[in-house]
Amino acid sequence: MKRVELIDVSKSYDKQVDVISNIDVTIEPGEFFVLVGPSGCGKSTMLRMIAGLEEITGGVLEIGGKRANHLSPDKRDLSMVFQNYALYPHLTVGQNITFGLDVKKVKKTVQMERAKEVAEMLGLTDYLKRKPRELSGGQRQRVALARAIVSEAPICLMDEPLSNLDAKLRAHMRTEIRRIQRKLGITMIYVTHDQVEAMTMGDRIMILHDGKIQQVGKPIDIYNYPANPFVASFIGAPPMNISPARMEPSKSGIFIEDTIHVSMNEAQSIASSARSLLAGIRPEHIKPVITGAEEGNKIQVDVTNVEILGNETVFSFQVGQREWMAKWSGQWDMAIGDKVPILLGSEYFCVFDEETGELIRKPEGLEHLSIAKEVSI
Amino acid sequence: MRDSTLKKVWIYFLLIVTSVMVFFPVLYAFMISFMSGPEILQGKFFPESFKFDNYLKVFDRLPLVKYLLNSFIVSLTVMVGQLAVCSLAAYAFVFIPFKGRDFVFFIFISTMMIPWEATMIPNFFTIQKLDWLNTYQGMSLPFFALAFGTFLLRQHFKTIPKELQEASQIAGLSRFAFFWKVILPVSKTSLVTLGAYGFLTTWNMYLWPLLITTNSSVRTVQIGLKQLQSQEMSTDWGVVMAGVIVVIIPTLLLLFIGQKQLQKGLSQGALK
Repeated sequence: MKRVELIDVSKSYDKQVDVISNIDVTIEPGEFFVLVGPSGCGKSTMLRMIAGLEEITGGVLEIGGKRANHLSPDKRDLSMVFQNYALYPHLTVGQNITFGLDVKKVKKTVQMERAKEVAEMLGLTDYLKRKPRELSGGQRQRVALARAIVSEAPICLMDEPLSNLDAKLRAHMRTEIRRIQRKLGITMIYVTHDQVEAMTMGDRIMILHDGKIQQVGKPIDIYNYPANPFVASFIGAPPMNISPARMEPSKSGIFIEDTIHVSMNEAQSIASSARSLLAGIRPEHIKPVITGAEEGNKIQVDVTNVEILGNETVFSFQVGQREWMAKWSGQWDMAIGDKVPILLGSEYFCVFDEETGELIRKPEGLEHLSIAKEVSI
Repeated sequence: MRDSTLKKVWIYFLLIVTSVMVFFPVLYAFMISFMSGPEILQGKFFPESFKFDNYLKVFDRLPLVKYLLNSFIVSLTVMVGQLAVCSLAAYAFVFIPFKGRDFVFFIFISTMMIPWEATMIPNFFTIQKLDWLNTYQGMSLPFFALAFGTFLLRQHFKTIPKELQEASQIAGLSRFAFFWKVILPVSKTSLVTLGAYGFLTTWNMYLWPLLITTNSSVRTVQIGLKQLQSQEMSTDWGVVMAGVIVVIIPTLLLLFIGQKQLQKGLSQGALK
């Protein structure tokens, strides 16, 4: 199990514009590290630079403590799973799995043994004699996975491996990949554009946008304390509601879109640092006003859209120029045009500096539930 | 229901008519090869009896077996040579990035515009200076580099996903091993097509072997056929046609075998 370290890594194709810049990150041995970002953010390029398929224009890449900038891909001790699987169409599943071992001149008997073991782990034993074209998408995906695992490389790179599967299979493979990674303890670097995959699979995730790191950290920390508005709106579904806001002259709260007033007690600290602000609140933190409810910022909104999903109800409403969404658990009987009273808990608000994007007020009072504390046995 | 049967009848009728038109010369040659001189002059289509006199005469008058062998050797050499040169060139054009690659390819392709006959004289002098007249290499070597073949294979190689190359790079395959173990097996279809094309064109080549050979040691069948025609004052067409049929047989065989392989390759090519 090896450490992967990127020190001030950058990439440029025309020697003028950096498509990726200032990447500083250390991926610990045995860690499941997820690179996530919208398409075109440079996450695949970064992965390919780690793999050695793209040249690194600036900075240092270290694998296992050794400088690896100019090592050829096969000398980097890693395996890779591609988005379109890249199976060899003329070889059977078994041959596909052992192909890399064959190249490394592993003995035939050892090859067979390892292939059998991996095939069993992934439920491919019955398909070893088939050609890739005779397999379903999910099975092909597993073959690609098997090919990566069988190499016993300490580092595994995956480039959106689940994006060609249907939703149900994707959920299944998510847990499968995570399980295998834990079992083998390999260092995994996983690229995806799907924030659900990032949240559920990663030990740590890195959010990239326009070739720059936005935030690195544990999924839950990123969800709770997004470093900037981009991260806040990228992670979480539906995304965080963000609107421009300004400080109230009396400094006891903020005005959102000049329409909603949210009183904040420690607004003093915000006032000192910034002029124009962005205020954000997660949909699930917009709560219904229950009869005899506690103190708070109650407002009336007009419902513009409703989605009842069975276990939760998502509805939207207009706040100034923007449409906000709220997520309430349970089934709520409401229709478009209804007036709904909502509660905007001031403690839940994230406040960003509009110019720098910096998070200047962290939300508080987030519910961290733990089994030990909450559950009575 | 009746409409579709009517349509079928019409289509089959058209197919039969056109195939008869296409195949008539070969069929007539086949018939003539069994006829004697007077019979041919009478303009009959069917011979009185299927006698093999003409065939015996062909093998008697010409070293036809020797010619057939020569044709085989030359055609096979050209086929193998073309496959090797074209596939390697196409591989470089697709999988190895280098400066000016597209420009070089453009020049490569533009040589298709130059007719073979125009380059024949310089080629002849080259071969002559190398002292390769009346040799197999003189007959085959000038045809190894084929712009059309390179183009054909390049088009196929371009359909191969780049990820296959990257996957084998990570697995530690050398460039040539990737070419040998992945590219060639994956593009079997195009290789068979090009192979058949190369073999047949060389088999049917007339002008170049005529220029380059001066005796029967390496002469090919096509020249042999011409020899049959002009050996005597009045051409014995029966014998010539017998020769033609003998010469056609291997090409037809190759076509049938190749077609089977081709269909196999086509269905195997289905990737996704």
